[in-house]
Amino acid sequence: MSTATLRKSSLAGGQAPRWLPFAVGAGALVLGAALASLAGFSIGLWAVFAGLLFVVAGPAVVGAIEGRRKGVDALARYLVYGAFLLALIPLVSVIYTVLARGLPGLDLNMLMTSMGGVTGATDNAAAAGETPVYGGAYHAILGTLVVTFWATLMSVPVGLLTAIFLVEYSGGRISGLIARIITFLVDVMTGIPSIVAGLFAAALFVQIFDDPSMRMGFIASVALSVLMIPTVVRNAEEMLRIVPNELREASYALGVRKWRTIAKVVIPTAISGISSGVTLAIARVIGETAPILVTAGFVTTINANAFSGWMTTLPTYIYYQIVTPTSPTNPGISEGRAWSAALILIVIVMVLNLLARLIAKIFAPKTGR
Amino acid sequence: MSKRIDVESLNVYYGDFLAVEDVNIQIDPRAVTAFIGPSGCGKSTFLRTLNRMHEVVPGARVEGKVNLDGEDLYGRGVDPVRVRSQVGMVFQRPNPFPTMSIRDNVLAGAKLNSRRMSRSAADELVESSLRGANLWEEVKDRLGKPGSGLSGGQQQRLCIARTIAVKPDVILMDEPCSALDPISTLAVEDLISELQEEYTVVIVTHNMQQAARVSHKTAFFNIAGTGKPGRLIEYAPTQEIFNNPKNQATEDYVSGRFG
Amino acid sequence: MTRIAPTEPETGEAPAERRAPRGAGPSGSPRQDAAFSGLALGASLLILVVLAGVALFLCLQAWPVVGAPAEEFYGGEGFLSYIWPLVAGTLIAAAIALVIATPVGVGVALYISHYAPRRLAKPVGYVIDLLAAIPSIIFGAWGASVLAPRIVPLYDWLGAYLGFIPIFAGPASATGKTILTASVVLGIMILPIITSMSREIFQQTPVLQQEAALGLGATRWEMVRMTVFPFARAGIISSVMLGLGRALGETMAVTLVLSGGPFNPSLIQSGNQTVASEIALNFPEAYGFRMNELIAAGLVLFLITLVVNMLARFVVSRYKEFSGANS
Repeated sequence: MSTATLRKSSLAGGQAPRWLPFAVGAGALVLGAALASLAGFSIGLWAVFAGLLFVVAGPAVVGAIEGRRKGVDALARYLVYGAFLLALIPLVSVIYTVLARGLPGLDLNMLMTSMGGVTGATDNAAAAGETPVYGGAYHAILGTLVVTFWATLMSVPVGLLTAIFLVEYSGGRISGLIARIITFLVDVMTGIPSIVAGLFAAALFVQIFDDPSMRMGFIASVALSVLMIPTVVRNAEEMLRIVPNELREASYALGVRKWRTIAKVVIPTAISGISSGVTLAIARVIGETAPILVTAGFVTTINANAFSGWMTTLPTYIYYQIVTPTSPTNPGISEGRAWSAALILIVIVMVLNLLARLIAKIFAPKTGR
Repeated sequence: MSKRIDVESLNVYYGDFLAVEDVNIQIDPRAVTAFIGPSGCGKSTFLRTLNRMHEVVPGARVEGKVNLDGEDLYGRGVDPVRVRSQVGMVFQRPNPFPTMSIRDNVLAGAKLNSRRMSRSAADELVESSLRGANLWEEVKDRLGKPGSGLSGGQQQRLCIARTIAVKPDVILMDEPCSALDPISTLAVEDLISELQEEYTVVIVTHNMQQAARVSHKTAFFNIAGTGKPGRLIEYAPTQEIFNNPKNQATEDYVSGRFG
Repeated sequence: MTRIAPTEPETGEAPAERRAPRGAGPSGSPRQDAAFSGLALGASLLILVVLAGVALFLCLQAWPVVGAPAEEFYGGEGFLSYIWPLVAGTLIAAAIALVIATPVGVGVALYISHYAPRRLAKPVGYVIDLLAAIPSIIFGAWGASVLAPRIVPLYDWLGAYLGFIPIFAGPASATGKTILTASVVLGIMILPIITSMSREIFQQTPVLQQEAALGLGATRWEMVRMTVFPFARAGIISSVMLGLGRALGETMAVTLVLSGGPFNPSLIQSGNQTVASEIALNFPEAYGFRMNELIAAGLVLFLITLVVNMLARFVVSRYKEFSGANS
């Protein structure tokens, strides 16, 4: 065996040592520091230079030792790992920021009170330390739930029935044509920018009531439904399609009508996927800001009636707390409220996402495999 | 070029599961060696360890030695990429690259190693490889067409041509005819008989007639039961395995009493 | 096979069938079937109506803009000179976002599908989906208060050393609230879209083809280039187009991050505005003709995204034949 290691093996090319990435990394850090201090040192600049040096130098060394192909392979590997690390930075930063700035202000007051009666003077007093911070996001949380509830109530039946049509009733020539058109339209609908959906709902109600200042929660629900329906249709369609045909045939063979087959066999089989998809669709629209901004208006007080009066949701609450602080001289107080509201919103969205996964997992039909 | 393979006490694991146990075998150069045995006996798994393709499956690892003319494939510092360019593989189902033309399919592997190939050199390689795979006459007028347009048998021979173009020492074939019709099978079998003049050929097959037709030596693998590892039971010249097996299990299998 | 479903019709329907009088048909009448399919069809047609409604009501409310005298428009020079800087800003921001998000997004997808240790791949996928779940308003707030101040040194550097290029002309904004920052935030927001879609397609690359490439002695990267990319080309393009559609229509991230203004070729100064953000900023206080004008702007945005989506579909359908998806 010793001869094999002595003579140039045809199987083993030159091999870069295992510690190579660490050595190159250390070198990149040192050189990066030097380069960064040339242009006025800062941590960010240092990280940028060191990262670039590492990605260039590592593969170059590998290429020199193991050959060009291995060098290219290493470059691709470094870049792919780099892309992943790069994508983590904003995620970590966003979550850290929301937690660090939102957690201190998150208390019962935040959850249980509205902004009714809170003025710039209240905030100034709080900033001076004379009083605790008053004013919360209760009305916004309530508004978010109400608006989303109505949106869900409209979107789910329409979306589900459309999916049923696309999957179960698109067999004929004419219905097949309709199904293709609908599929196309659903695709178009997926691409509607959220602000345009908001404008549509606003324009619709302005036209109907002939009142240019028409704003209420329900208009926002209509806007959100426009965004929600395509998501629900696509997901439900996918879930219905993976229900095996044998099940439908088994049911038909027992003399069960088609609609009962769908209601009793197909949908129960697909229900976990459908409900998890609906949950994800809710999570997707609950954080929408722009359509609410142009449809529901903005108030500081509690309003649970979607059909009358303006309404605030968490995203618009965050927006207005940032751009129009309650106390212009002490905007920090309002910003704190905004971050706390952001934290609440993120928690709601994350809970919905987890819920969706949980639903999919728990109620998934047990497979024989 | 053609190289001898010596396998010394090789174990193959999938995670903690021992899939193939203690294989010792010498595979001759310029000959066709067939691996036969019932499904799940580990013959394909073992074949894949001969060019480290088993590493594609997560958790798969081996113990032992596979020497290619005295060089251990699993030695320190051995590069699996180089191993695979010396030990080529043809798969169960023909798998030409669907986005490439016939010509590009043949050149796919060869291009990896030589950065630039003159057009004439490439043409030459395409022709010689396709001739080597008995496919030239059938496709010479449509080299620019996609490889997926060929028949199954032609596709498989295209895959063999692609393997030859890399100029390997050994060609491994994992049930190369199992997805083909009888006529295509015959064409591939003819080709295998020709390939042995230049290469070490190892073929896994379910079809005992095929093993009898094309191979010089045959290795019979068996498995004692589910969850047990596969083992090499008997390895001898093909005539002996089929006419005069020493092991009872081998006799049962080749006479069709079992498996 | 599912365990619940096959038993369902037996337990649910068999007694009903026994009770049913002979000849009266199995369960329920054919009319119920017709009603149900009619309901399904009706819901589908409702989608058609809604979309037609989107187009119709936007057009109706935008109509007063047509033929209105130039002085009535914001800026006083007619609709075209009002809308073109907004459209330009929208396109610039979306383009930069794509340039940032596409390589990183595809890289992350490749990391999950082909590079990450197997045990890590799934959690990493979840983490990237998490990024997609964060509401845009929060990205906007983060971009304005965290990213913008920290990116100023980079702009100073760009302005100082690359200032001769018009897009980096100094002096750089001191707050960092520029269109480039907004584009970076947009890029971060569309990254998970590109990643999750590309990842799904990368993972579907036929194992046979990948093994064929490895069997020929390809390195991992060569295998990716020979098999994964050709297979996934259409998917990558459509994921990028989807991301583009999102970037074009995204509102709040731009509204909060960008301190907008008239068109400005320099990306590191304040100025520029996008259509969506312009609407969000002005609609709540708009009335009369201004509102019609903003709705018209929304219609323009709708048309742009429509064209992008159609283009995506066209590109995908052209590439589909060559993707090898059916082999």
